Amino acid sequence: MSRWKEWIGMINLAINGFAVTVEDGSTLLEAAQFLGFPIPTLCHLEGLSPYGACRLCVVQIGQGDRARLVSSCTYPAQEGLRVWTASNRVLRARRMVLELLLGSCPQSKTIQDLASAHGVRQQRFRQEQEDCILCGRCVRMCREQMVAGAIAFRGRGATRSIGTPFDRNSEQCRLCGGCLYVCPACELRCTYTDAPERAVCGGCANLAPPCAEQEGFDHMMCYMNPCVACEIPTPEPQPGVPS
Amino acid sequence: MTAAEIKEERWFAPPDAGDDELDVAEILQKHAGQRGGLIAVLADIQSRWGYLPESALRSVSAAMDRPLADVYGIATFYRAFSLTPRGEHLICVCLGTACHVRGGPGVAEEIGRQLGIHSGQTTDDGRFTLETVNCLGACALGPVVVIDGHYYSKVTRLRVAGMLEDAREGRLGTAEGREHRLPIEVACPRCNHSLMDAGHPIDERPSIRVTVGFGEDYGHLRLSSWFGSQRSGSESEIPAGRLTDFLCPYCHQGLTGTDACPECEAPLVTLLVRGGGAVRLCSRQGCPTRRLDLP
Repeated sequence: MSRWKEWIGMINLAINGFAVTVEDGSTLLEAAQFLGFPIPTLCHLEGLSPYGACRLCVVQIGQGDRARLVSSCTYPAQEGLRVWTASNRVLRARRMVLELLLGSCPQSKTIQDLASAHGVRQQRFRQEQEDCILCGRCVRMCREQMVAGAIAFRGRGATRSIGTPFDRNSEQCRLCGGCLYVCPACELRCTYTDAPERAVCGGCANLAPPCAEQEGFDHMMCYMNPCVACEIPTPEPQPGVPS
Repeated sequence: MTAAEIKEERWFAPPDAGDDELDVAEILQKHAGQRGGLIAVLADIQSRWGYLPESALRSVSAAMDRPLADVYGIATFYRAFSLTPRGEHLICVCLGTACHVRGGPGVAEEIGRQLGIHSGQTTDDGRFTLETVNCLGACALGPVVVIDGHYYSKVTRLRVAGMLEDAREGRLGTAEGREHRLPIEVACPRCNHSLMDAGHPIDERPSIRVTVGFGEDYGHLRLSSWFGSQRSGSESEIPAGRLTDFLCPYCHQGLTGTDACPECEAPLVTLLVRGGGAVRLCSRQGCPTRRLDLP
């Protein structure tokens, strides 16, 4: 290795068999994308801290029996590392992740596009029409870019959800709409204003009827009151704490 | 931490609106300057009031400069924290794998049916809270139900009514409440010789025989092999409150360990439980401390 690389903080590794040199401190995802190796991502967003929730960006590191899958968005590039961004094992893992994501949130355009691009042609899992895939983009957006911290993960396991404390309006929320903006599950913004028949919904929850006709907002991913997208005030929350 | 200790920490004075703010400040003061002390603060609040009042979460968030969303997230993540007041008696039904296949869910359902509540709820009169846990580590005894720190082993649907009756009548942990007691077989931790003495049964079971020394005197002490029963017998009179040396009657080695009794700070004696685990008891004559540590 030439001395100057060491001096300016560069490290050598092999991505898909090519010897490359990347800046020290970058993640595998940054390195691969900078060099032009495509890695699909979902929970990753430039400007937000890496989170590693969706596992879509898995890559294979190591060789032979020691080879393993890691999420490239959280794995730092290391000297001498051998990375494969599109091995059979990686592609299989990604397809499985996409199939599962598609099962929980089949209405998301982002997930549909990703699944289509990766050749997911079947869906073996029951469609659940979830409105949230818990990627945590909105949580990080709210905290890191908007410096508000109005929403966070709550509970754990099967009952894990994102929302405001006690399901009430947060005093920290400034109605910036950043959470809606970065959400991969509700890219299609609700355009309902005053004419329900012309509304194109599917923004905050499902492809089903416009928000106004729903019972309440409790199952929608809208943490703002009133919502800056559809301008419908959230009904008063029910007393009591969610289980 | 043993179940008894957990129980003792959990039950405190009922929520008192008057001194809420003051005490949260006190708890925060205690943990001031500690990095990442949020869980410790919440645990203290939980043990003081039995639950986490919303006002307390708000005070914690403000004092520790963490968003309320964060504090709420942590409070909802851990099963040890509760956002709603818990009832007078806490019932934990184990639904770990072993208890599950032995019929734990049926037991939980039966308790819920008799109390008219679901898991995680409290009865309207505030007497019972039903919770399920994912493993208590006593799989061989499953299905296990813990009421206020008292273990009921091999519970069936038929026993549920009696268990609830015990709790209602305040018989948990007393001689009348029989169901909560656990039969144990113990051995010397030094020579692994069984300490069971079938010749002198106590509570209709072989007793546990150890040699005790107090001052110049030595004698045999027999203890009930029901964990939870305090009955014992001795040939010689041991003065109450007297520190005694526990010895194995077979290898004559001391059984007294280095741990101190949380009640009276006398050294604890360790005996091996057949099938794994250990039972610890206080070496002070008359001290009720008994701890069962199952693997």
